[in-house]
Formats: sequence, structure tokens, C-alpha cells
Amino acid sequence: MPPTAVKLDDYRAVAPRGAVDFLVRMGERLRGRRFVHVSATRYGGGIVETLNRLVPILNDLGIETAWDIVIGGADFDASVSALGKALGGVEQVIPPERLERLRAVSAANVPRLALDADLVVAHGVAPLLLVDARPSSGRWVWAHPSDLSSPQPGLWPALRSSVQRYDAVVLSLAKFAPPLPVPRFLIQPSIDPLSDRNRDMSRAEQAALLDRLRVPRDKPILLHVGPFERRRDPLGAINVFRLVRKHHDARLVVAGTGPGEPDVLAEAREAVGGEPDVLVVELPPDPGLEINALERAATVVIQKPLHADFGLDVATAMWKAKPVVGSLAGGIPFQIVPHATGYTVDSVEGAAFRIRHLLSNPELIGRMGAAGREHVRRNLLITRHLGDYLALLAHLTS
Amino acid sequence: MTPDSDVQPFVFLGCAPVRELLGHEARDARELAAELARVPDESTFCHTAGGLLRRAVLPEAYPNDFAQWAGTELHDRRLAERLALVDMFDAGSLEAVRSELIGVLEDHLRHAPGPLPRCQDEPFSFCRLHVVPVPSGHQARTLAEFRDALAEVDASALFYHLVEARYRLGRGRGDFAEWVAAMGRPELADRLARVDPFVGSLERIRDRYLAALDEAAERPRR
Repeated sequence: MPPTAVKLDDYRAVAPRGAVDFLVRMGERLRGRRFVHVSATRYGGGIVETLNRLVPILNDLGIETAWDIVIGGADFDASVSALGKALGGVEQVIPPERLERLRAVSAANVPRLALDADLVVAHGVAPLLLVDARPSSGRWVWAHPSDLSSPQPGLWPALRSSVQRYDAVVLSLAKFAPPLPVPRFLIQPSIDPLSDRNRDMSRAEQAALLDRLRVPRDKPILLHVGPFERRRDPLGAINVFRLVRKHHDARLVVAGTGPGEPDVLAEAREAVGGEPDVLVVELPPDPGLEINALERAATVVIQKPLHADFGLDVATAMWKAKPVVGSLAGGIPFQIVPHATGYTVDSVEGAAFRIRHLLSNPELIGRMGAAGREHVRRNLLITRHLGDYLALLAHLTS
Repeated sequence: MTPDSDVQPFVFLGCAPVRELLGHEARDARELAAELARVPDESTFCHTAGGLLRRAVLPEAYPNDFAQWAGTELHDRRLAERLALVDMFDAGSLEAVRSELIGVLEDHLRHAPGPLPRCQDEPFSFCRLHVVPVPSGHQARTLAEFRDALAEVDASALFYHLVEARYRLGRGRGDFAEWVAAMGRPELADRLARVDPFVGSLERIRDRYLAALDEAAERPRR
């Protein structure tokens, strides 16, 4: 669902003290600069959701900001998807002709796009090759928040000449960075505290949503949120719960988002069998409000993917003041402050041990939850992300 | 004593950080010492004082990235504790803090029993911090105005005037203390300059400054 119009002022109640005023001042300093974002689509989560919020705010601040998308056919979309997976290290078949077709579609898009700007940010794989036809003025940045550290062998040499045409690359974590001859900046993704997934919610609204999902609230809820995909390890969450349940009367909710992998959903259902204290919930499309209600109802949140990108599901749970027990995958260790906002663990047993510890010490749950919310407020809100973009614009175009 | 009206108003500047990855990485203490000797001073700043801009909520966390990495990635608590005690704010210069860090690492390497622990997950990735100063919109002509503005400004203004100004730009005891001294309050300036940025977060430093200013406002001026 497209976000409702939100002004920067609306964030005053949730951003750190003085942060919104400072963003306004930064905007004044950069007024008149032209900032262009290009991505694959305008619909979806991740950076697209962030841009839906930030582009109008940047314009309100006086920075002329445009956002456009790369248009291609089904073959282009499939090639972009394959290239994205290959850059993430998942083996794909990408013959040179496929890359050439990608270059041709990118070149065909260039005349349609208004790329004359002080700073152009190409988000993700789809607009990567636009840089081959970049104008001589302005600075260009490629932003790719996912892991680029172990791409499919042979891929970088084919892309290197294009990536080198950028003035800089923006990554989310140092450990995701490939060696590149251009400056590499670090900007972490963020959550929007005013989105459906994160906004405040009345008890009545929360209860109605949980009733609709048929989630009872008679016991402490352990929550696992994520697509039914093997790499997200929903079966691992069920195994964690079985170890916890020996000692605590609790309930596990495994809530699945997105299309996922049908066989993993079937395996999860089979693993649960008839256990009444494990609920496998298939969330509707666009499930922001439902996840919001579930996270608010949870006592502890489990995020233990085997492989992850930045993994903002951790931050959204912490924003609801919930301790998170998470694996060491992707950006999860960056978000959890061990022993302060939750725990990072290496195994099913480790997760079970930490959850048992939390359920046995309920005062810790409140303390860690509060610390987690503050940690997110300072480091992982969209207001920080806006400041990072303004700083990048100032730094690269001064 | 300088009359307040002769002193330029204090203009608060916040700062927006841009963090840049350098190409240097370390996987054990020996590599950390070797790379520390190679990276620019700015990187030492980024991983010590620069941490205040993104300090975690954990008050007992190690106060610099080197100690944090030694603790979490190398699981070498002794090294982490020793690196934690290297005080950027006490060392006097970026070169001095770098020497002190390398000294700790070399001494540790000389006395470390057995093979060196190597990181399993994340190597230490050296960064540098670019800081873009921006007026926050707050100005102060009197101590009362200064106190009120200090309570409101973005925390990055504290970083800029206390850390960036003092330790990277070499501006005396930091901008706050220097301005307060120019306002004819040397004792208060001394007290502000003694607030130790080594422990805690920018918010904690703000609280200490505000406490000192509130106390000074209640006390008659000598």
C-alpha cells in the first residue's frame, strides 16, 4: 500500500532530540541541489519503501529530488533477478549475451530518464548499467545493501568496467563489501516508525488483528517472522520452541510473509503436527499491520536465518521494545547489542538457552526491550537514513 | 573580566558523518597492529572518538572499535581490556593514540601464549569518518541562552564542538569551554573542559554539561 503523505515534522515525536531540526538545517544548506534516485520499481519493501517516504520529504526540504525506474521487459526483469542472485553468491547461468541485452535495455532507458543532477543514486541491480551512458556532470553512486562479498566467480570482471564508472558505492555493512577501486561508503538501511508495520497501535486495533489471525494471548508468545524459505529457518524456530517448552508454558507463532517456498511451508506444518501451542500463520499480502500486532503481542522475537542480508526484521521487533534472539547472519549482529537488547546465538540450543533465560527473568525482558527501542531510535530510524543521504549529497557535491 | 556583550555569540554546528571504508583489514592482533601503522590518522579517530556518534546503548561496552573487535571477534578479553583503556581524549594527539594502541598490541603479541586467535566472522575493517558541519540554527549570547540551546541541539553538535574541534581540529579545550572562558567564566570553563568524554554517550556528556551550567547559574558569580 503506498504510504500516506508524511511530513518531516511528523517524526519529531519519535526521532532523537534535536534530530528533525538538524535535518531541516541540512536541507537549507543543500537547497537547490538536484538529487535523482533510480530503482527497479516503485512498489515493495526495502529501499523502495524508504524512497516512497524520503523523496517527498527531500523535496519539502528544498532539495529537488526525482525518483525514476528502469523499464524493461520480462527478459530484463529475469536477467536482473539472476544477476542479483549471482552477485549474492547464488550460482546462475549468465552468458555474455544476457549481460549485453541488459546493457542494451539500460542504454535505451537513458534518454527517457532525467539524469542531469548533482547526485544520482542507482539503487540495486536494475539501474547498475545506466552508468555506462552517464553524463559528464554530476556525481553517480551505486547503492547495493545486500552482500556483495562472495559473488559468483567471473561476474565482477564482466561488471567491473561499469562499477568503476561510479564515483562511489554505498554498502550497508563492511562485511558485504567487495574490493573496488572507487570509494565505498557505509549507510545502513532503516525502518520507518510511521509505517503500518511500525506505527503506534491501540490495544483494540491490535486485538482485532490478532483475533483475525486467530492468535490467542493466554501465554507468552515467541514470534518468528519471515518468508517460509529454507534460509530463514522456520523449522529451526520450531526446534528452539520444543526445547523452551520443556520448561515454560509458552506459544510459538511462525508468521510467514511473501510467497516463500511452498515445500518449506508444508514442512513447517508437518513438523508442527497437531501441537496446539505452535501456530503457523500465513500472513496476507502487504502484512505490515498484522506483523505490527504480532510483534507488539510477542514476549521474545526469534530471528535465526541461516543466511541474511541486513535483516531489518530485527529492528522492527526492537522498535516494539521486544528483546530479540538472533543468529549471526548478515546484519543481525550489527543490530542486536548482545546482553543489552537481546542475544546473538550460534545454534538452536543457544537460542533456546537464551529464551529460557529471558522467560525466567522477566525483568530482563522489559529492560532489554527498552534498550532495544532506544538503540533503534538512535541508529536505525529513517530520520538517520535521511541524514545519511544529505551528508552524502553534501560530501560528494561540495 | 570580559563583558558578555563583547564576545561573539556562540553558533552551534551539528555534523553529519559519512563513513568510508578503507581497503585495510585485519584478522588477528598482529595484522591489527600492522594495519594500524599504515592507515591515516583519520581512521584512528574514526574508530576511537568517532564511536561516540554511533555509541550503542550498552554503557559497559568497550569504548573503541579495536577493543570491541578484540572482545567479540577474537574472544581475547585481555587484549580487549587493554585496548579499552587507551584513552583518545587523554592521549593528546591522534598520532599519540595510534602509538599507544600499537604499543598495547605489540606488548600483547610479545607475551601472548600459543597461537594467536583469528576472527571467525568479521575482520576488522578500517574506516574513516568525513564530517560535514552544518549550523544547527541555535545561537547563544548569554550563558542562559547557551544552556537552553545545549539542551535542544542534535547530539552531533556536542560531537562537533567537543570532539571534532578539540581532537581533530586542535581547538584548545573544545569550543564550549573556550567560549565560556571568553565570557569571563574561567572556573566554569575549567569544569566543562574536565568533563570526561571517555565514558558514556553524547547524551551523558550533554547531561554533565547541563548540570555544570545549572549549578553555575545558581551560584553567585565571583
